[in-house]
Amino acid sequence: MDQIPQILANGVYLGAQYAMIALGLTLIFALMNVLNFAHGQMYVLGGFVTYTIYGAWGLPFVVALAMSCITLAILGALIEKYLFAPVIKKSARDESTMLLAAAIAFLLDAVILLVFGEKQRGVPKLVDGTTILGDYTLVIANDRILICLLAIASIIGFISFMQFSKTGRALRALAQDRVAAQLMGVNVDRYSMIGFALGAMLAGLVGGLLVTITGINLGMGGPTSIKAFMMVMIGGAGVISGAIAGGIILGFLEAAGLALLASYGNITYLLIFVSLMIFLAIRPQGLMGKPWG
Amino acid sequence: MFKNVTSKQWLGLAAFLLAIFVAVPMFIAATGRTDFYFTLTMVALLSIASGGVWLTFYIGRINIGQGAFGLIGAYASAVMITTFDVNFWLALPIAGLFAALVAVLIGLPILRLRGVYFAMITLVLTEVVKLTSLALDITNGARGITNIPRPDALSIFGVTIIPDFATMANPKLGFYYLACLLMVLAFAALYRIVNSRLGHLCRSMQQNEELASSIGVNISHIRLIVFAISSFFGGIGGAMVASLTQSVYPNTFQVKDSVDFMLNVFLGGLGYVFGPMLGTLTIYFGWDLLFFFGKWQLLIYSTLLIILMLILPNGILSLRLKKPGSDVAKAADAAGLALKEGK
Repeated sequence: MDQIPQILANGVYLGAQYAMIALGLTLIFALMNVLNFAHGQMYVLGGFVTYTIYGAWGLPFVVALAMSCITLAILGALIEKYLFAPVIKKSARDESTMLLAAAIAFLLDAVILLVFGEKQRGVPKLVDGTTILGDYTLVIANDRILICLLAIASIIGFISFMQFSKTGRALRALAQDRVAAQLMGVNVDRYSMIGFALGAMLAGLVGGLLVTITGINLGMGGPTSIKAFMMVMIGGAGVISGAIAGGIILGFLEAAGLALLASYGNITYLLIFVSLMIFLAIRPQGLMGKPWG
Repeated sequence: MFKNVTSKQWLGLAAFLLAIFVAVPMFIAATGRTDFYFTLTMVALLSIASGGVWLTFYIGRINIGQGAFGLIGAYASAVMITTFDVNFWLALPIAGLFAALVAVLIGLPILRLRGVYFAMITLVLTEVVKLTSLALDITNGARGITNIPRPDALSIFGVTIIPDFATMANPKLGFYYLACLLMVLAFAALYRIVNSRLGHLCRSMQQNEELASSIGVNISHIRLIVFAISSFFGGIGGAMVASLTQSVYPNTFQVKDSVDFMLNVFLGGLGYVFGPMLGTLTIYFGWDLLFFFGKWQLLIYSTLLIILMLILPNGILSLRLKKPGSDVAKAADAAGLALKEGK
């Protein structure tokens, strides 16, 4: 049982980054009832932007990270304004936006393939060395600690933004009740665009952060979206606290599964899925979600 | 049994059967493009699976998990044929039934979910089945199962009905006929279901589950049956694909395939039983034609899809859906509006 500190540390690290991915997805879902299939691709794109600026051009990491956020925010705003908004207005069914999102995921995959190629890309480490605690019971690379802290800081920043700024208030109102928000004078179209941009920006930010550790490649988009969906289902769709809870829970489950089940092969995700189904049978709306969104 | 079919529709059906069983083989023989056999066989098999997805749409569920059941069917038949030496003709229905059984077990909890929740969990299901096939021993991990023998001869009471595929002069033609036959059977079954009491109950659930439940429709029972039938189609389609390509890998059906099944159904139109066939044909051939553009294939394909969504967000047959007099179309429209209002 001397693995426990290591599992906990890995869980915190994974949970913080997962929570950020789930936050963006759940924000977009809460605002527009759109399941953004392209979220994983947005994350990959953010990673490639940081790779290009920090890894290939050698500019400071902060600049690269900022560029990842800005690129994705602009992209998100454009996608919302010119693709999702018109389709939502005209379509009769939910699945239209889902298919549009799937098509955008394919499009981003194609663009990433053409612009950045299909090779695995990595960047130099931000900080070297590892921290070793308590006679080798806990070994963590220093750059992981840094990224974890940055991720937690971003989450806190995001929550305070949603809680205290005027934009955040408008977005929360929109998520609660679209019609009521409109009646209270919230410019629904504008804030939908801002919200989508913010969600895409979060995906880009976490992509930029994680490229320093795991590197980035084209194939990471789909699985990332799938994980984000699982987190959102655990926590409840469209609820910010639920996304954070879901991310942390999945992070801990994965860390524990990878450490304890290593000898049984790669069955961690199978077990997580089975438990998710049992959990959903008891609580279909997730931990904190409202029934049926 | 098919009493409300008009003579015009019988004529259309006859023309369709003539086209797929006589005209297409003649056309291929005349032009020498035998590669079309493989493409058309795939279209037929994928339409069977898409037909299943269509049926889950019919009770108002967005199913992005058909790839999972395709993979389950493919592996079930491959394991039975290679490891346990089961005859193909027995393995095929068992593979479908196995997929249906898995669907019942998984469906019990997840069919309580609706809308995007159901869509999300079925999408995750596709990935989980893939990961499971990678982890298990019986599925041979990432190497998959290869060299699956072609279907044996089928004989009843000593009379050979279908000759051994391995001895056939042109097994491609054999597969084409078999796939088309299965497709016709599957869609006849779909048509029968939609125009039966079960179909009416499905439509009532599509419009409003609570209301349907309040007037005595056993909704949990029906959605389980429908999900099982849908997955049976997926399993049959998957088992046939495995037999056609003589191999199955964890990547045979992946998330993109599940999304494609949904796309096929949507493109063909949701209020129209034969829509999945049309959608599969369009998407599969469209994708194949774009192969000509090399590395731009995915870019052009996705751009076309997005443009299509922008112009016709309700699907290609949305114009047809609005045709007056079709209660199916009205039901589909009403359900669409109900979904949009977030019910």
